[in-house]
Amino acid sequence: MERMIKVEEIEKLAELSRIEVPEEEKKTLASDIEAILEYISQIQEVASVEPESVAGEQRNVMREDGTPHKSGLHTENLLNAAPKREKNYFRVKKILSQD
Amino acid sequence: MIDFNTKTLKELQEGLASGEFTSLELTKHYLKEGKKGNGEINAFLEIFDNATEQAVKADKKIKKGEKGDLLGIPIAIKDNMLMEGKKATAGSKILENYVASYDSFVVKKLKNAGAVIIGRTNLDEFAMGSSTENSAFGVVKNPHDKKRVAGGSSGGSAAVIAMNGSPISLGSDTGGSIREPAAFCGCVGLKPTYGTVSRSGLIALGSSLDQIGPFGKTVSDVETVFNVIKEHDPKDSTSIRNPKFYKGEKKKLTIGVPRDFLTEGVSSDVLERFEAALAELKKAGHVIKDVKLPYIKYSLPVYYIIMPAEASTNLSRFDGMRYGLHVEGEELLEDYNKSRGVGFGKEARRRIILGTYVLSSGYYDAYYGKATVVRQMIREDFDKAFKGCDAIATPTAPGPAFKIGEKEDPVSMYLADIFTVPANIAGIPGISIPMGTVSRHDIELPVGFQLMAPHLHEETLFTLGKEIEKYTN
Repeated sequence: MERMIKVEEIEKLAELSRIEVPEEEKKTLASDIEAILEYISQIQEVASVEPESVAGEQRNVMREDGTPHKSGLHTENLLNAAPKREKNYFRVKKILSQD
Repeated sequence: MIDFNTKTLKELQEGLASGEFTSLELTKHYLKEGKKGNGEINAFLEIFDNATEQAVKADKKIKKGEKGDLLGIPIAIKDNMLMEGKKATAGSKILENYVASYDSFVVKKLKNAGAVIIGRTNLDEFAMGSSTENSAFGVVKNPHDKKRVAGGSSGGSAAVIAMNGSPISLGSDTGGSIREPAAFCGCVGLKPTYGTVSRSGLIALGSSLDQIGPFGKTVSDVETVFNVIKEHDPKDSTSIRNPKFYKGEKKKLTIGVPRDFLTEGVSSDVLERFEAALAELKKAGHVIKDVKLPYIKYSLPVYYIIMPAEASTNLSRFDGMRYGLHVEGEELLEDYNKSRGVGFGKEARRRIILGTYVLSSGYYDAYYGKATVVRQMIREDFDKAFKGCDAIATPTAPGPAFKIGEKEDPVSMYLADIFTVPANIAGIPGISIPMGTVSRHDIELPVGFQLMAPHLHEETLFTLGKEIEKYTN
C-alpha cells in the first residue's frame, strides 16, 4: 500500500486527538507514522478467512442496581485532585460559545 | 551481618518467622541499598522512608504469631499502580504531581498480605516502550552495564531486583514489559494469564493486553507473589471468575519450539544459550519438538494496531480538567490541546496519533478491524499448537540489553518485543527465566529464556522454569 503521510494529515489527527504538536515535530512525526504504517500494513497480506469467533471473550458483568457506597464518600478525595474546583464541582471554561 | 541479598523470598520468610532478623532490619537494609544504587541506576522514582512504619507493624504481627503471605517482606511497585496518598506518575509529566485517590487492587492485596511497600519504580511513560528511555523522569540504567538500558517498560521494577533495591517487585506487561526487562536485568519475570490479576487501579495502556505480574530472583519467588495477587475482582470486568488453574499433574512435558519464527534478527550467541537450555530440559526427561505457528509473525504488526488504538482511547481521560497537569489556554479547546500537548511525551503523542489514525473512518476496517481478525487467527494458532505440547519456548528477546540511545527509530525499538508480544495477543501466560549471559565488549550481559503455556497453566511455567534455574545456577 503506497501512502504518503503529509504534515496536514498529522495536523488533522492531532486536532482529533486534542494534542498540540510543536511545528518542528510535525515532519518527524509524519515520517515516523509512515514507517510504522508501512510495518503494520503487513497484515493486509493475510487472506481474510473469517475466524470462528472474534478475539476477546464477550460477557456481561452485572452488579446489584443499588448504591455501591454512601453518597459523597469519595467526593472530597476526588475533587482534591482537580486542577480547579468550585464547591463540589470541577471548574472548567464555558463549553458553549456565543456565536 | 546477614547477607539479605543472596536470600530467596522463602529464606527471607523463614528468617522473619524464626526471629533471625526483623522486618525493620530487612526494610532498612533495602531502603539503604535502594538509595545507594538509585543515584546511578534511577530505578526508583520514590523510595518510601516511612515504609519502616509498615515494617514495625509487621514485626508486631510476627511476634504475635499472626500469618501473612508476604508479612514483613519489602516490595517495590511500578509507578502505574495506584497507592492511596502516594504519587502515581506513570512516568509522565501529565501526572507528575498526581496523588492517588485510592488503592489499586494489587496494592490492597499486598497490604492485606502484610507486605512492606518500599517505593515506586521508574517506567516508560504510560508503559509505552521497551527501554524506559521514554520516562519523563530519566532512563533506568542496567545494573549489569550502565551504558545499557534496563529494558522496559517495567525497567525500574527489574533493575531494583538486579541492584538489590528490593527482593521482589510488581510490573505490568502489555507486550513484553515484564519479561523483556527481566531478561535484560537477569531476573525472573512473570506475565500471568490475562484476567487472573485485576487491572483495577492500574493506569491503562492497552486494556485487552495489560496484565500485572511479579519480578523476583527465583521462579519460586514470583510464584509466591502471583499467588498473593491473583483473585477475582468485580471492579475489573475482564477478571476471571473462579479460574480453574492447571495443577501440574503431568511430570514429563513436551516443549514446542517455533523454529521458523527464530530465524530473523536473533543474535547467534542468544540462540546458543537457548539451545543449551533446551538441551538441559531434554536431559531432565522432557520432550522438545518443533511447532508451527503460521500467523505468529503477524503478532507485532497486530499489536501495533490494537495497542495504540486502545491507548489513544484510554489516554483521552487525561484532559487537564479532573486531575493531572492543566495548562491554561484562551478557551476550553485550547486548554485540552495545551494540557495534552505539554503533558504527554513524544512516544505517547506518537501512539495517540497512530491510534487515532487506525480508528478513523476509512482506515478502521483495513487496520483495526483486520487486526482483530488476525489476532483471533494467532490465538487459534496457539490453541492448535498446545494440542501437541505443554509449553512453547523462545528466547525472551532477540539480543541482550541494547545501548542507551541505540534504537532511535520507533520500528527498530518495537522489534525488541517480537517474541513477547504474541503471549499478550493470545492472553496466555509467559515467563522469562535467566539462561546465562552473552558477552558484549567484555561485559557479561544476562539473557532470558521465555516459556509460554495455555491459559491458566502458570504451573507448567513454574515447573519448567525451576528446571532451567537448576541448570543456570
